[in-house]
Amino acid sequence: MLHTQGRLCLAFLRIGLLGFGGGPSMIPLVHAEVVKRYQWMSDDEFSDVLAIGNTLPGPIATKMAGTIGHRVGGLIGALNATLAVMVPCIIAMIALLGLYMAHRDERWIAGMGQGVVPVVMVMMIQLTWDFWQKARQSLGWWLAALMGLVAAGLIFGLGVHPGIVIAVLLMAALLRPEPRRHQKDQTE
Amino acid sequence: MIYWQLFLAFFIPNIIGYGGGPAIIPLIENEVVGRYGWMSAEHFAQTLALGNALPSPIATKMAGYIGFDVAGTPGALIAVFATVAPSLILMLVALGVLYRFRDSIKVKSMSQWVRPVIMVLMGALVWSFFREGMQGPGLWQTLGIGTVAAALLMGTRLHPAFVVCLGLGYGALFLGR
Repeated sequence: MLHTQGRLCLAFLRIGLLGFGGGPSMIPLVHAEVVKRYQWMSDDEFSDVLAIGNTLPGPIATKMAGTIGHRVGGLIGALNATLAVMVPCIIAMIALLGLYMAHRDERWIAGMGQGVVPVVMVMMIQLTWDFWQKARQSLGWWLAALMGLVAAGLIFGLGVHPGIVIAVLLMAALLRPEPRRHQKDQTE
Repeated sequence: MIYWQLFLAFFIPNIIGYGGGPAIIPLIENEVVGRYGWMSAEHFAQTLALGNALPSPIATKMAGYIGFDVAGTPGALIAVFATVAPSLILMLVALGVLYRFRDSIKVKSMSQWVRPVIMVLMGALVWSFFREGMQGPGLWQTLGIGTVAAALLMGTRLHPAFVVCLGLGYGALFLGR
């Protein structure tokens, strides 16, 4: 029992510490530990967990950690894996940013803060482009552009909270009449 | 009161944030910078940069730091809880039901229809970071650093953490007037 929990903790600690680049980049690491190293589940089970995780909201890495931890070690396993994947880096983040904020009046540290903003801007451009590509592939060029324009008008023109726009879209997707068969081929 | 606001500020983005961690970032910015005014857009950009340079999921790191910044350790715990728990509980409870419907076009279109909105929100974040850069290093420095960063990230596929460190180093040497 303790043995299993120890392994779970180690596996997700490794995943958390090596997973640079946010949740989705950690999926191959989870696969390497869970399917290959410890054989807690098969390839098929793993891709099922991933598929379901992708249909639910919220960060993917902690959802996978929690679900796999639950399957391997019950409720304690779920807690164990979720904490292992995120706690060390949250502590590092708080410590580093605390240090930065305490000394931000020093010139070279203020310069560091300014120098990094354009880099983040480029990273956001990359992410924006990623989402455009995904939207275009699944919805088609025109529909994706139209939905983007309408959303921009509602959020920035009329000041509607983005949460409301997203909630309405989710409800519409759920309540839509079952579409004809030929549309099935266009979804990934 | 502040704890309840913290909970809401992270619960709402995560329960509507389809598409994994990065999709949640503009929604969190909307709450933390826009609605509650807990931090400036510049401080948020720096938090995001450091978050991107460190390993592990981005959404929980942002929640942990911002919660701590706003209301200390209890704040960090509440923000992280609001980020992780609702969707994880949903996943554990609904695993069977969703498993049966995961090929349903309705369930699939839920995450597809949200993508253009997330894209627009991310575009708005780009714009706010650009204005941030205009106020700090100025137009030419911002464009210069941005172009070099883009070339390194997309051209050479250098690790993002390394590019962030280069930006920090350049700023420390040349922007600390």
